[in-house]
Amino acid sequence: MTRFVLRRIGLALITLFLLSILVFIGTQLLPGDVGRRVLGPFATPEAVDALNERLGTDRALVVQYVDWIGNAVQGDLGDSISASRPVTELLGRALRNSAKLAVVSFVIVVPLGVLGGILAALRRGKLTDRLITVGGLSATVIPEFVSGIVLIIIFAVWLDWFPGTAAAPPGSGFITQLHHLILPAIPLVLVLFGYIARITRAGVIDALDSDYVRTATLKGLPRTTIIRREVLRNALLPTIAVVASQIGYLIGGLVVVEVLFNYQGIGRLLFDAAQKADFPLLAGGVLVVGAAFQVTMLLADISYSLLNPRIRVGGKT
Amino acid sequence: MVTTTPQVLTVDNLGIDYKVGLEWKQAVRDVSFSIAQGESLGLVGESGCGKTTVAMAIMHYLPRNGRVGEGSIRLGGREIENLSASELRQMRVNQVSMVYQDPGKSLNPSIRIGRQVADVFELMGFPKGEWDDRVVDILRKVKIADPESVVRRYPHQLSGGMLQRVVIAMAIASEPELLVLDEPTTGLDATVEAEVLDLVSSLRAETGTSVLFISHSLAVIRRMCDRVGVLYGGRLLAEGPAESIFTDPRHPYTVGLLRSLPTGEVSRKEAQLDTIPGTLPPLGAQIQGCIYAARCPIAEDVCRDEEPDLIPLPGNRASRCYFPDRAPNLPRVVAPDPPPRQRSDATLLEISDTSKTFVQEGRPVFALSDIDLSIRVGETVALVGESGSGKSTLAKVILGIHVPDDGAVIEIGGEVLHDSLHSRSGDEIRSVQMVFQNPDSALNRRHSVRRIIGRAVQRLRGLGRKGVQEHTRDLLTDVRMGHEHLGAKPSHLSGGLKQRVAIARAFAGSPALVVLDEPTSALDVSVQAAIINLLSELQAEEDVAYLFISHDLNVVRYLADRVAVMYLGRLMEVGTAQRIFGGPHHPYSEALLSAAPDREEGTRIRLEGEIPAATDPPPGCPFQTRCHRKIGEICETVEPPLTEAEPGYSIRCHIPIDELAALQQVVPQE
Repeated sequence: MTRFVLRRIGLALITLFLLSILVFIGTQLLPGDVGRRVLGPFATPEAVDALNERLGTDRALVVQYVDWIGNAVQGDLGDSISASRPVTELLGRALRNSAKLAVVSFVIVVPLGVLGGILAALRRGKLTDRLITVGGLSATVIPEFVSGIVLIIIFAVWLDWFPGTAAAPPGSGFITQLHHLILPAIPLVLVLFGYIARITRAGVIDALDSDYVRTATLKGLPRTTIIRREVLRNALLPTIAVVASQIGYLIGGLVVVEVLFNYQGIGRLLFDAAQKADFPLLAGGVLVVGAAFQVTMLLADISYSLLNPRIRVGGKT
Repeated sequence: MVTTTPQVLTVDNLGIDYKVGLEWKQAVRDVSFSIAQGESLGLVGESGCGKTTVAMAIMHYLPRNGRVGEGSIRLGGREIENLSASELRQMRVNQVSMVYQDPGKSLNPSIRIGRQVADVFELMGFPKGEWDDRVVDILRKVKIADPESVVRRYPHQLSGGMLQRVVIAMAIASEPELLVLDEPTTGLDATVEAEVLDLVSSLRAETGTSVLFISHSLAVIRRMCDRVGVLYGGRLLAEGPAESIFTDPRHPYTVGLLRSLPTGEVSRKEAQLDTIPGTLPPLGAQIQGCIYAARCPIAEDVCRDEEPDLIPLPGNRASRCYFPDRAPNLPRVVAPDPPPRQRSDATLLEISDTSKTFVQEGRPVFALSDIDLSIRVGETVALVGESGSGKSTLAKVILGIHVPDDGAVIEIGGEVLHDSLHSRSGDEIRSVQMVFQNPDSALNRRHSVRRIIGRAVQRLRGLGRKGVQEHTRDLLTDVRMGHEHLGAKPSHLSGGLKQRVAIARAFAGSPALVVLDEPTSALDVSVQAAIINLLSELQAEEDVAYLFISHDLNVVRYLADRVAVMYLGRLMEVGTAQRIFGGPHHPYSEALLSAAPDREEGTRIRLEGEIPAATDPPPGCPFQTRCHRKIGEICETVEPPLTEAEPGYSIRCHIPIDELAALQQVVPQE
């Protein structure tokens, strides 16, 4: 078990290292002359050189990379060009906002998706099952900007139940913040619900058809006990891994929703950084999102193996 | 039938349907039998005959697409179709229990053994404080050593035999009126099977539970049951006392089944095995007349016009046949005996000093130790031994799938064979081929027969398109299949035909040696006979040598020229089939032979414990921890060498061969 975790951490670090190289190539190398990209075509060559010197982008690439990654490891991602503030400070705030939105979506979609999947499996082939699987699948393919706009028009403009922006006024309490976040969370819920429900349904059906559920039934165990103890415990294992793998998406992949609802999350921040050619911010942001992905996947793997005695306890003794 | 003992189970005119597409198709029809208190009834038949379907209907656990279409099932006098959900649950708790095939899957992988067994006592209403003690008691009753520690384990930490004991413990804990056993020993080693069967017999003697025993194995049914019903295509074809059904069968199907079994008395040199021509009728087929008429050698017009009833015969038995008296003299259906072979004594394969050590979690696993074995041109050498004895590892080393440890030398036709498959030349690969146990997983289900065989021909022979086509057709003819099968995908073929395709593929490059890993154990008896016949015909035609891995000693005895007995990665005994089966035996072989279910009761040698882990082999003789003939300290400290005790016969044992001979005259007493 410890070996497994250590190996998994090692793999995560290697992935992050490779990611950092890609990010570096993408943000420092491909744009070509960074100073020129930032200042635009009408700046004087002297100004471009001066900026390049200040940013350090006139040095050899290897030196730039080592310098950048060395600082990044110590928590210093440099300064944003457009905001002239430390990248970490901007990222920290955006990350906090994104996490709030992710948590709200998660708290809604996980129980709904899991319950939906269980219900569909128990009513296999019946109307409830069809509604959940077909409905869930249909919802998954609606792009967030479509569902988001429809939601804003209905619930913010017509009914005025929820605010049309996700950002609560500074200093608002928990309830107000939550109120602001529910509407933007719904497109995400729609995207993830069908996915989670289907995985859960498949796991539950697998377990229901298994030989050990047959044994339990023919022992005379009540149906509710069988579902709770025999089915769910084994069926939810794969679901946990799938759900956890979506956390990364919820943190880093929400550009559309955050722009639509005018929310200062990390997706929005990266989007702006790319538009403004703010390369230090972009590089730092991608690296942080990558790290967040890796950490959630790691936690998913660890929780999966903690729940699975075949991994936890090991082979024959 | 007039009887004074009350009937525990009465099945009357049972019909079961499966929904295929939108149609209900009848899988079981007009099946009637009853089981009296304390009686054991066996249902025997080939796959697809409906035996498990009947058992599941009795448990009221048919699959979602199955239903009882007609007839009645009464358990303890109550019609089970009429029970409410809670009455059904009570029935399962108290009255009827089941033991399944594949115990590894029958237990929940994420719940401890103790908790799963305790369920039974909880359901029976015992106070919580008593559960633990009762669980340990019942596990002790099924002869599980150290039950206190077993209760804390998870299923994946126990062996198949132990798991089946746990399932049996759960089944008998409530002292049910009826115990249903569905292929409880299929997939277990012969030695483990013998122990499980012994356990069931002794528990039955103790509790007087009635038993419904379902198996494809005639030998197992014969040993375990008072009465037998023979199922075919969902019909009961014969029914009666076990002894008379097997010794004096009165239905052509029963006769055919019994004849197609290798009995150990004849070998392939003397006669081909009988087969049953044709195939099972498809599910729900509308057949006028007797369902077996199409395959029956004595069928007449009346058989094809009208289905016979289950006609009572003297001796408390019945047969669904118009001509029960003709059945015993059924004309034999056999292929012509192969021409006598002229065998050279030239050595084909020479394995020397071959060991294989795997590394698992940093610890060495000694899978093979110092194997020296030779196979002659055109010879069949059988490898026997329990699972974990290293048979398959040895086969894989020969095939180049596993690379042996340094120092190993494998020669074929006098040339040293490269040890890994990647470094072998085309000639080397062509000369050693393999047929696997399960053709389903060995054949690509997306490819047609033409493509499966054609690819092998192309790779192994390097022919052009035309040559490949021609050779593919020839191969199909060689395995006695018509060319109409060329376009078929494996899923459209029966198990026997699939195995023929796999054999054709292995023969594509005219190999000198074919490794056969349990090639018939997934097949039904009558199909097995046909495949065995095919293998011996091909051998006579092509002068190919076989390395034959099998747990079925009767098949080994029929097919093998020489036998090598393996235990814990070592050869324990090597000799001609006649010598190995005739004795005197190595103590391990003696135990293996005595485990066969058709051996008389009371002559069984019970092996203590389980095969030791290959990570931690015992000091001295590898078999000393379980040996019933251990002579003392020398067995525990010095490993006996494999010595040639007689010309062409080697044994690894401290006991001199003449002493073994003297010892084995007597039947060991328990």
